[in-house]
Amino acid sequence: MFELLGISPQALFGQLLIGLINGSFYAMLSLGLAVIFGLLNIINFCHGALYMMGAFVAWFALKHLGLGYWPSLIVAPIVVGAFGMVLERSMLRHLYKLDHIYGLLLTFGLALVIEGVFRNEFGASGLPYGIPPTLSGGQNLGFMFLPNYRAWVIVASLGVCLATWYVIERTKLGAYLRAATENPTLVQAFGINVPRMITLTYGLGVALAALAGVLAAPIYQVSPLMGSNLIIVVFAVVVIGGMGSILGSIITGFALGVVEGLTKVFYPEASSTVIFIVMAIVLLIRPTGLFGRAH
Amino acid sequence: MADNLARDTRPVAATTAAPMLEVKDLNAWYGESHILQGMAFDIRPGEVVTLLGRNGAGKTTTLKSIMGIVGKRTGSVLFEGAETASLASNRIARLGIAFCPEERGIFANLDVRENLLLPPQVRPGGMSVETIFELFPNLKERLASQGTKLSGGEQQMLAIGRILRTGARLLLLDEPTEGLAPVIIQQIGATLRRLKAEGFTILLVEQNFRFAATVADRHYVVERGKVVDHFQASEIETSVDKLRNYLGV
Repeated sequence: MFELLGISPQALFGQLLIGLINGSFYAMLSLGLAVIFGLLNIINFCHGALYMMGAFVAWFALKHLGLGYWPSLIVAPIVVGAFGMVLERSMLRHLYKLDHIYGLLLTFGLALVIEGVFRNEFGASGLPYGIPPTLSGGQNLGFMFLPNYRAWVIVASLGVCLATWYVIERTKLGAYLRAATENPTLVQAFGINVPRMITLTYGLGVALAALAGVLAAPIYQVSPLMGSNLIIVVFAVVVIGGMGSILGSIITGFALGVVEGLTKVFYPEASSTVIFIVMAIVLLIRPTGLFGRAH
Repeated sequence: MADNLARDTRPVAATTAAPMLEVKDLNAWYGESHILQGMAFDIRPGEVVTLLGRNGAGKTTTLKSIMGIVGKRTGSVLFEGAETASLASNRIARLGIAFCPEERGIFANLDVRENLLLPPQVRPGGMSVETIFELFPNLKERLASQGTKLSGGEQQMLAIGRILRTGARLLLLDEPTEGLAPVIIQQIGATLRRLKAEGFTILLVEQNFRFAATVADRHYVVERGKVVDHFQASEIETSVDKLRNYLGV
């Protein structure tokens, strides 16, 4: 069959794996965007810059503090999440009652500032970050070679996505979040401190981006531009999945990573545009996205 | 004489006649519109009191001002002697006041069970879920339904039921009978009498004074953002014409 299509199984499975890896990052980033948009009504354009900051915190911790990969998986999301909460308290909270465009403009500006600061400090070329020794090497599966670190990224991302979904859809805390997304005034009138919940939610979404950044550091190089390269695609994923849908962003993220990978095998010329073609088609047929609800 | 002095210096909270809620010179705005213009009334513990009045008189805004969810408010709202007019709504709720909005506020993203269990307990001694099911048996059969898939009457029962769990002793109910069938209205009425018997204090906003008369101890008439008249339950029958005039019915 592979001979018929003129494609080697190594190429096919290799691209499928790359697709799943990219999909892992699409899913984690669009999940954070969906959670933030749902509650804060903010299109968080600096999500890519915060993802980049996550990778840089891991790099900095290793180089200057001797803190390895595993502690960074915890430390970087906390550091960047705290930074996000400061942004929310000091700037974003003034925009909730205004049109989406203000939040988008502010966060876009923040992304440019953050990336500019890092580019000024570290240059535009990437900095290396090694794969943790416990995850070096790989498995020969017969039809392909599977690097251990890449397998770990897919499993970790899937686990984080499903855990986030569970917390939001199946717990009391998640019920507060869903209710506040719908009617924050009433939830606060029941005795919930909604402003604090909004701050923590933004922190959580940002922490997810930072965690994705740490996971990405050994695969892509740590570079000030790594976020802006990714974020446009992630926004297309969010639009395709439907703004504000949790499960939708996870499924769409992984699925579009795979679609992109397969396009690289069958028609490489279209591989960098295929997601935007899908986005255009989805917008024409279902303007609220595949999993979105009309507001 | 000494006895009298001793009695006069008793702490206010110890007297049953002290109001649970005391509203004085309450003003509220939506944007530029000055909706409440010197609202004043009080409610004693265990009373059921209604605010009657035409559409736009400021009844709903009064409830929202007590709850702290209007744009801007001034004046005084004392709950059990504590000033609440400058508190955020979550702090007010924690004192033991619960609000059931006119549009009911059932969450579409939550099922009936989640809706029912959503409001946190603010004080000990809230009603058990079993007792709520006894009051509203329909809810028990629909626990897994999406909140907004319920009928209007069931949504109203859910909206009232969920605030009974919280331990709040003052309930603010905004037109709980609006748009409901007569048989459901009777059930809501029976529920309110039961809640009164259990010691809840209720501030009820109503347009339907026939319904209000079956449950309330006292009635305030609201016009243009302030109280313009006041009736005891016993005076309703002899004041029907006056009330019709106020309410335009």
